[in-house]
Order: sequence, then structure tokens, then C-alpha cells
Amino acid sequence: MTTPEITSQQKAAQRLSERQGKPANLWLDAWHRLLRNRAAALGFILIALLLVTSLLAPLVAPFHYAAGDSSEAHTVPAWLIDLLPGNVASYAKVSSKFLFGSDYLGRDILSRLIWGTRVSLPVGFIGAFTALLIGLVYGCISGYYGGKLDNLMMRIVDIMYAFPTMLLIILMMAFFKSTFADVRPGTVAATFNAINDVIDSVMGLPGGGMLFIFLGIGITAWMGMARLARGQILSLKEKEFVEAAHMIGAGDGRILLRHILPNIIGPCIVAETLAIPGYINTEVFLSFIGLGVDPPTPSWGSMISDGAATLRAYPHMVLFPALALAITMFAFNFLGDGLRDALDPRMKGTS
Amino acid sequence: MAETEILLQVQDLKMWFPITQGIVVQHHTGDIKAVDGLSFFIRQGETLGLVGESGCGKSTTGRAILQLYRPTGGDVYFQGQNLTKLKGEPLRLMRRQMQMIFQDPYASLNPRMTVGDIVGEPLEVHNVARGRELRERVMDLLEDVGLNRYFVNRYPHEFSGGQRQRIGVARALAVGPKFIVCDEPISALDVSIQAQIINLLEEMQQKYHLTYLFIAHDLSVVRHISDRVAVMYLGKIVELATRDQLYFDGRHPYTKALLSAVPIPDPAVEEKRQRIILTGDVPSPANPPKGCHFHTRCPVKITGTCDVTDPEFKDIGNLHWVACHRVS
Repeated sequence: MTTPEITSQQKAAQRLSERQGKPANLWLDAWHRLLRNRAAALGFILIALLLVTSLLAPLVAPFHYAAGDSSEAHTVPAWLIDLLPGNVASYAKVSSKFLFGSDYLGRDILSRLIWGTRVSLPVGFIGAFTALLIGLVYGCISGYYGGKLDNLMMRIVDIMYAFPTMLLIILMMAFFKSTFADVRPGTVAATFNAINDVIDSVMGLPGGGMLFIFLGIGITAWMGMARLARGQILSLKEKEFVEAAHMIGAGDGRILLRHILPNIIGPCIVAETLAIPGYINTEVFLSFIGLGVDPPTPSWGSMISDGAATLRAYPHMVLFPALALAITMFAFNFLGDGLRDALDPRMKGTS
Repeated sequence: MAETEILLQVQDLKMWFPITQGIVVQHHTGDIKAVDGLSFFIRQGETLGLVGESGCGKSTTGRAILQLYRPTGGDVYFQGQNLTKLKGEPLRLMRRQMQMIFQDPYASLNPRMTVGDIVGEPLEVHNVARGRELRERVMDLLEDVGLNRYFVNRYPHEFSGGQRQRIGVARALAVGPKFIVCDEPISALDVSIQAQIINLLEEMQQKYHLTYLFIAHDLSVVRHISDRVAVMYLGKIVELATRDQLYFDGRHPYTKALLSAVPIPDPAVEEKRQRIILTGDVPSPANPPKGCHFHTRCPVKITGTCDVTDPEFKDIGNLHWVACHRVS
């Protein structure tokens, strides 16, 4: 019985000497755990590919998103006819010029999908970013200081929650589109339009109206995060290590930034990663009903909307944007699930 | 123990937690009287043990003394300065003089910080040292408490309960305090580890001339480490005496009942041990009984006196304080 004990002790001693002076970074550990999770790694790779695609859109896309010839409208790709035989060939133009076919104006669907990543991905990331920024700060203040302030701040969140989110966004978008359209210089609206033009031109989508989508989603996205952050802080601020930090004379800022935030940021990032498909979905829905980006800016939602009108005749117009949307949402969900497992402290030490 | 200077004086310390009701507007409907009028002092270099059952207000007392909770009433004089009147920066500076060792070594260390950051934080907060000097000081502290000095870069989850508690001790010692509240520092540890931590605390007391308020519910441990012992029941101290006076000549019926519950490690004597079994439960501190708080469970209560008037906490000689109508 003594032999295995000695070897295990020796092993421990060996491990100890290997570890000396080498910081074991918790975030690095989480990263390794994430990569070991196949679904999460796949999601991560897909998102990375989408990001690269959207950055290199002008190089990757075979055509410009707005370029089209109506004589080539509703072209069905030849390979799709082979794959799914039907009577489409009897009335539609079949060609191999466009990999995913063309839409009702003869624009290449693949190119529009590629340019569309410049709408969907930023919407997802900006939604998550503003939710983290506003929600975390709001939730931290509310949860940490507590008492009457907490009560007041959370009632405000409750009131915001009480509005149906979709309706609120729709109303806001309608307001933006009417109020901020075509204004004289020097007004608030003109300033917003100027900012919007800068954002649109940076993204290479002039006349897209991206700022208003960001605003609409940002304003409605933070409440859930504020509640989550507050709840996390309420449980964390009673922990003994926070008390210990008070005891050594640390200030509120230090306690929040060094003791509380690092311990709640994991669940918050997971929640926001899982919320990204929701933001993308919101944009898709807004574009579907015509309140999203302005044409001819390609959004997956407006593409689905265009295709829905002729769904029976030309199903390819809906199929490809819908597939792109589904794959993106899956990727973010896989990554979010993987992040949750990787960042969960209970998973520590497991391989 | 020679008569020495009084380091800490507590007078009529009260810590009440309000009970509120209501969703939007909060109504104050009562108070949890966790600590309800404590008076005692601790001399320089001594260890005062504070015992009592769960929920009697021991930990709250420790936290109220250190101003982690702001007391509802009473005064705490530390080296002549009234801590309850201190706020902001002066209070922060006082924290260099007094520290706390926590009960749960798993909850009291931030899992996202390295040992070096945890032990070094007090030094950083008080601008005692920084950079390489800080690191050296932290390494020395780790060695002081019996840990490898190269543990600085490791995270708390890599350590056992006993080692974690040593880290907690190192953090408390970092700024060179005079007074440490040990809040059940060994209750969460394995019995085999408890002795090590007790020895460490005693060693540190010798080395740095520390004064301890040692909170525990293990009577044998308190007997081992304390110079004087206070027994608490439902927010009040019922008896306070030197260790030997209390263990051999405990006067309060509650003290007697507690002591009778300690097993004796001698089968012959253990056989003859007479236990005083208390009946009933501890009353709620939100609604403590009238008169003596203990009268509902006291085997020797005087009806008409104990349930009407609160007994005075008085010195019966040789600095032996008891709060009981039966003792004079």
C-alpha cells in the first residue's frame, strides 16, 4: 500500500516544481476547455469564417450587392434543379452564372448573402456589446449599492420590460424613419443622420441606416443583462471574500472591479453570446417587415421578405438566406453553450 | 497574565437588523436584535474567547466591532478611539490596526485572484509596498504562515482547506495589525487540520504580539487558546471570566449546561458526567423573551423575577462577570 502513495506524492512534488513561478491563468484554462468542446469549436470556427467573409466582402463576393439585370431575374441555379427535381425548370431561367441563383431584380443571391453578413454580424455584436455595457453598469450600481436606489432602478427596468419589446422596437424604428428622414442641417436629426452616414460608409453600405437599427436593439437589449448582473452581485456581495476586501480597506471601485466583476463576467458573457441570435433575429424581422435596413442594402431579413412573395415559384430566394440565418444562429448557440461549460467554475479541473 | 493596557473596550454594543415589509415603500416592522447590549474589554496581547450556540450573535459581534456592520448603538474604543464615530478615510486607516480571519476558507478567498494578489492586496490598498518589494513581502508572509513562498502565482482552488486558511491568516497579517477577530477560523476544517491552524495562530500571536477575539463554538478549543472567555446567549453576554474561573467555577446556568455537554476523554470520568439537558429551542432574536433572555430554558429560574426583570451584568469579584438573578 505504501508504493502508490509514494509515487503519487512524488508526482505531486514534480507537478509542484513544474508549476512554480508559472501563473495558471483561469481564462487560458477556460479557452482550452472551450476548444476541446467540438460543437463550440465548430461554432467558433463558423463565426470566425463569417467575420472574415464580412470583412473581405468586396473581395469574396462575385458581384456587387446592388448590381443586377432584370433580364436575369429569378434565375435558378442548375445544380439545385439536379438536386431537387421539380417543375421549376419548366418556367424559370436555369443558369450556372449565379451559384445560389438571382433575385427578382437579377441580383446575385450569394453576393447579397455575403454583403448581408455586414448587417447581421454587427447587429449581433453591437447588441451584445451595448447590453453588456449598459446592463452591467446599471446592474452593478443597482445590486451593489442596494436599498432604495436598487428598488428605484429595478422598477424602471420592470417598466421597460412591461412594453412588448418587438412593438417598442417597431415603434422606435418607425419614429426614426419618419423623424430622421430628410432634415435641415443643424438639427438633432441631422446630427444623427451624419453619424449614421459615417457608420454606413465605414461598413461599406451607404444608405443602409445601420445606426437606427443599432439604437433600436441597444435600447431594448440591456434590461435582461441588468437583471442578471444585479442578481449575480446580490449573491456575490455577501460572500466572505468581498467582506474581506472591505476589511482590508478596499474602496467600492476596487471591490467592484477586482472582486465582483471578474466573478460575474463569465455568466454575463455566456448570456450575451446566447442572446446574439436573438438580436440577429430582431434585425431580420425588422427588415422582413420593411423597418430594417433601407434597400438596396442586403439584409438576410429583407431577402427572405423578397423571396416570400414568390415562395412557391422560386423557393431558392428564401432557401439560401434562411439557411445562412439558421447556420449563424446555430453557431452562436453552440459557442454560447460551450462558453457556459468552459467558464463554469464547477467544471474546473475536469478534462 | 500581567495586568496590561486595555486595547479594546466595548460599551453597550447593539446591532439590530431592521425587518421591513412592502414592495415599493418599505415599512419598518421590527428588529432582529442580533447583538443587544454587550460590554467588555480586551487587554493588549490577550485572547478573549467568545462562545455560544449558532445564531446567538457571536459573528455579528466581531463584525460590529470591526465596523463591517455599523452598530445600531453603543461604543467601541480601540486604543482610545471610538470606532463607531469613524467614517471614510480615518476608518480605512484604522483597518491597518485590526483585521479578521474568516470562517469559511473556501468563501473568503477570491477564486479569480492569485494567492499573491490576495495576500498583497492589503499592502497595495494601504500603499505599504509595491512592485518587487510587494512581491517579496508577500513571499515572506507566505513563509511565515507555513506555506511555500512560490505559491504566489497559484489560485485558491489549488489548495486544501488548511492551506487556504493559512492564506487567510497571511492576508490578515499583511498590514501588521494589532488586533485580529478570528471568526470561527477552524470550524470549517477537518479535525486533523484544526490543531495546525490553532498552533499557527498561537505562534503568530507570540511573534507579532497580537490580540485576538476568538469566536468559536468548540468549548475545548476555546479553553485551549483563550486567556478569558465570554459566553453569549441570544445577543447578550451571560458570563465573562478568566478561562479557569469559567471552566471550574462557571456560575451562570447556561454556562453550566454548556460545560456539561463537553465530553471528557477519560471513560471512567465520562461515565459519571452529569449532563444538564436544556429543553426547548432558542427563542427568535426578533422577539426575545422579557426579563432574562434565558429564562424560557433555565432549569433554575425564579418565576416572578427572571421573567420580569433583565439581570444586571455584574462583577462578582476578580473580574468575573455574570448576568443572573441567582448569582450574587
